[in-house]
Amino acid sequence: MTSVDQRPPAAPPSAPAGRPARRPLLGGRIGSVEVLAALLIVLLIFREPIAAAISTPLLQTWTTVFVSVMVQATPFLVFGVALSAVIAVFVPRSFWSKALPKHPALAVPVASCAGVVLPGCECGSVPIAGSLIRRGVTPAAALAFLLAAPAINPIVLTATAVAFPNNPEMVVARGLASIVVAMVMGWLWLRLGRQEWIRLPHRPELDDLSRWRAFWAACRHDIVHAGGFLVLGAMAAATINVLVPESVLQAVADQPVLSVLALAVLAVLLSICSEADAFVAASLSQFSLTARLAFLVVGPMVDLKLISMQAGVFGRRFAMRFAPATFVMAVLVATGVGMVLL
Amino acid sequence: MNRQAQGVVLLLLGGAILKASLTDMYLRYVKAGLQPFLIGAGALLVLAAAMTLWYDLRHGTTADTECADHADALPNGAVPADATPHNGTADPGGHDLSGSGHSHAGHREPRIGWLLIAPVLGLLLVAPPALGSYAAGQAGSALSSQQVSDFPALPDGDPAPISVLDYATRAIFDKGLSIGERRVQVTGFLSDNPAGGQLLTRMILSCCAADARPIKVGMNGSVPTGLPADSWVEITGTYTDQRGTDAVNGEDIPFIEVLEWRSIPAPAEQYE
Repeated sequence: MTSVDQRPPAAPPSAPAGRPARRPLLGGRIGSVEVLAALLIVLLIFREPIAAAISTPLLQTWTTVFVSVMVQATPFLVFGVALSAVIAVFVPRSFWSKALPKHPALAVPVASCAGVVLPGCECGSVPIAGSLIRRGVTPAAALAFLLAAPAINPIVLTATAVAFPNNPEMVVARGLASIVVAMVMGWLWLRLGRQEWIRLPHRPELDDLSRWRAFWAACRHDIVHAGGFLVLGAMAAATINVLVPESVLQAVADQPVLSVLALAVLAVLLSICSEADAFVAASLSQFSLTARLAFLVVGPMVDLKLISMQAGVFGRRFAMRFAPATFVMAVLVATGVGMVLL
Repeated sequence: MNRQAQGVVLLLLGGAILKASLTDMYLRYVKAGLQPFLIGAGALLVLAAAMTLWYDLRHGTTADTECADHADALPNGAVPADATPHNGTADPGGHDLSGSGHSHAGHREPRIGWLLIAPVLGLLLVAPPALGSYAAGQAGSALSSQQVSDFPALPDGDPAPISVLDYATRAIFDKGLSIGERRVQVTGFLSDNPAGGQLLTRMILSCCAADARPIKVGMNGSVPTGLPADSWVEITGTYTDQRGTDAVNGEDIPFIEVLEWRSIPAPAEQYE
């Protein structure tokens, strides 16, 4: 990956004086595009050996799971990014100060409940939350929205009802536990969070560009950024999916504490889309309902692909603190709600 | 990765998604219902790529610095871009001229973007098949997730065409009552049974192949012979009350009394 500055040598006047002009490599002809083209040509030439190398059942299953996670998540990512670009470019700043209560502590529950109207899964809500913070929404409220939206929207709750036809209380428990975790995390951020943990990728051009140009710049930037981290997460999820055989889970299903923890960790590792996780939870029938509730509450809030995307959109220091805290909170709240309701 | 390369990657990704969703290929990975969304997302990606390349050509070529990780350049780190005092003056090409990043050795491009080539390769070069007998052998039969309580009459016809899942739920939860003496026709692929012989198997999918789970049915009578695992067969048979146990999760496996079978090519939609 060569970093090539292809700007003409005549530096614009606003550039710092005396800055050494950078000599383009090979007269500026080798940039990312050329590297990309060469890479693709090499891959095309070696297509047969590559295909042969991954034809073992294990690697083939890995590839299928990886590609299918990407295919499943791409529409949500693309539409989520498009919506976040609309927020960034077309929704005026003043809208958010009018729409949300002035006091941050009150904005948190309002933002949590606003998640109801966004039918999507977690991949889309990460860039949207990033966009909200850029537009001046208090991070606590944006993070509450980030956690609540994938878990309590109508599609996900309907899927949960379909997956647990004999346990309608599961839908109530899931919605309640998720919204409580989102609000608690929002308030926790108000008390303990530090602004400098959040490092949104630098995106200076938006305010200076024409609206449509800014819109497409935001789309491109966010898809490449969040999408790259989604790939990383999908690879991790496919690896876990292939390497952890189900028989391992059988061993812990009978122990109440261990089973809750095991399914919570499994939710993190499997990184299943929140619209599908209810069906997987339903099929883990050897586990208690409370353990499966923990699976459903943790999954949309903390998982490998989310951690990866959060690290990309909000910065690594943020993800390192936010994900573990959310995990602990989600397990505690899910267990509590499970003991009362299930 | 500069802006042009990002445009090319977006174009490739959009093209790969469009290719998969306009043919039957996407059915190997996700449910049929996702198709319109995939086409929309693919089109939007191609459009985003086209606009990126168009603006880039029109406004001059610039290395993409706005995505650089300015960890060591921003005061106190942090702060959303448009809230910083950082003077993000941009030239007509949208190029960040504030000097941040350039004077630092730590200037980096969004390298993570290169990973987006992986799904493109997966879809265009490798195009892996739908999950088959290997994945089915790793997971336990998922019948108990399908808590069905009413069993409508079988469809008309002799044999009555039903899904593997439908047969298995009627056999286990309805004790075969709603099947009675009728002949049924089910389609699935063969997977090896650790206890010996082969099982008629079908993967069920609720969202994408990451949550695919097998439904397994044992076979009695004139069972298919001489076929390797992953071969697709169409079985005509009747209900039998024999039961087996899944070696992976101890789940009940229903059996079917095979009257006749024939080899068929894999269907376009391999999941149920």
